[in-house]
Amino acid sequence: MKNNYDLVIVGGGPAGMAAAISAKKQGIDDILILERDSELGGILNQCIHNGFGLHTFKEELTGPEYAERYADQVRELGIPFELGTMVLGISPEKEISVISRTRGAAKISAKAVILAMGCRERPRGALGIPGYRPQSVYTAGTAQKLVNCEGVVPGKEVVILGSGDIGLIMARRMTLEGAKVRAVVELMPYSSGLKRNIVQCLDDYGIPLMLSHTVIDIKGKEKLEGVYVAAVDSTNTPIAGTEEYFPCDTLLLSCGLIPENELSRSAGIEISPLTNGPTVDESLETSIEGVFACGNVLHVHDLVDFVSEEALRAGENAAAYIKGKPASPGTPVAVKPGNGVKYTVPSKLYAQSVEGNVHIRFRVTGVFKMASIVVTCNGSEIFRKKGRIFVPSEMQDIIIPAEKLSAVSGDIEVFVEGGAAQ
Amino acid sequence: MTRELTCIGCPMGCELTVEVENGVAVSVTGNTCKIGETYAKNEISAPVRTVTTTMLSETGIPVPVKTAGQIPKGKIFEVTAAVKAVRAKLPVKMGDVLLADAAGTGVDIIASKSIKK
Repeated sequence: MKNNYDLVIVGGGPAGMAAAISAKKQGIDDILILERDSELGGILNQCIHNGFGLHTFKEELTGPEYAERYADQVRELGIPFELGTMVLGISPEKEISVISRTRGAAKISAKAVILAMGCRERPRGALGIPGYRPQSVYTAGTAQKLVNCEGVVPGKEVVILGSGDIGLIMARRMTLEGAKVRAVVELMPYSSGLKRNIVQCLDDYGIPLMLSHTVIDIKGKEKLEGVYVAAVDSTNTPIAGTEEYFPCDTLLLSCGLIPENELSRSAGIEISPLTNGPTVDESLETSIEGVFACGNVLHVHDLVDFVSEEALRAGENAAAYIKGKPASPGTPVAVKPGNGVKYTVPSKLYAQSVEGNVHIRFRVTGVFKMASIVVTCNGSEIFRKKGRIFVPSEMQDIIIPAEKLSAVSGDIEVFVEGGAAQ
Repeated sequence: MTRELTCIGCPMGCELTVEVENGVAVSVTGNTCKIGETYAKNEISAPVRTVTTTMLSETGIPVPVKTAGQIPKGKIFEVTAAVKAVRAKLPVKMGDVLLADAAGTGVDIIASKSIKK
């Protein structure tokens, strides 16, 4: 089998597909997408709810519909992809170790690689919930796959810990499948999910959202019997006397997503402790030349439309690299998160050689009302955007015109001004 | 009377302020597009939702489906029950009507994914 390609894309979800289509449209024909699942589409296949594609297609689609439109394009453009193919490692020289039924254990080399592996859910082991370890404690995404792809509803009485979007979506989904969702319990004083999902997934069905609460004990030795929930104070410490027992046969966890970067680490790619994704410059290139990253493996997105747009840029930049575009001259300036900003992607940029507009994506650290996003360099302002409300659950995307950056000589800071954090 | 709503028309989730007179929205502010205005007016007088669920196929594989348009919010459980009562015949193509006029809403249930077998 052919074992060297111009471009290998690791992951056939929304990021991988969009990156492949984009590189193909830039004239790169020698592409291979590697996907471990039995179909293209990634996580979208289990996200049967609607709300996808308003930016990209100007209509509201379900996850599978959004995925199928991209998968159809991949097929129409004749871009090769291999399913059931697990990537085991990537070397700094861009040699990719794979295992599959058709290839066996093999090595594939590439001129450029696009990392598009997506993210994983934070599991129970990472949460430190005391109590026994009975059956029927699932991550929300596992339950979503069981219900939507396997046709199995894991329980009848449900408590959900964490108010991430998948948890909110699953609260509604389990309700529609006949289960009783007793509560969604959130440690923080605000939800980490989109506001629309609180309205249409919880409020519509009378499901209580308990903010500043957490699960402090899990009861049941073999099978889950119930959970104890308590209020927490401003330091997230449970408050004695507020314990409440919820009998339930299922506990779903929706407590955050982590970019899946085992492969990136195996290649020695520098990982940001702020995003858990590779550090990249404005071309989405990682610390290894010719290796690009996009989508949830880079930083966790809430909208697939933003993933597709980011992947399109990664595909274009990988194509330019393959065609021999010289490396950006000079040293990059750092892009730093300031007050109220958790992280920025990119975390560095080659200000002198920027072509076109630069996207800076980030999340805020709390809820800011009537505030401004400000970008400065050496104390002088180069960008400002006012907003009625900025919340941590919504990724921010600001676009800085190239001419604003050409004069930049020092580090760039992105921060929130005004609108006290809640 | 004033009502505060969060628009569910897209993930932006605009905070809407609606002036209501005699059960009808007379003005909507806070929306950043037309969807917000339509949502607010419907939400005050007759709330509607798009419903997504799965329909089992004859072989037991779940087929993701959705209502082809919005249905009255009060009819959601009737619609999901109607979907559960039938089996999809494979193969299906994305957009195929799998159940016409679900629960008397006048809205069809369509496949949101192509499944071969």
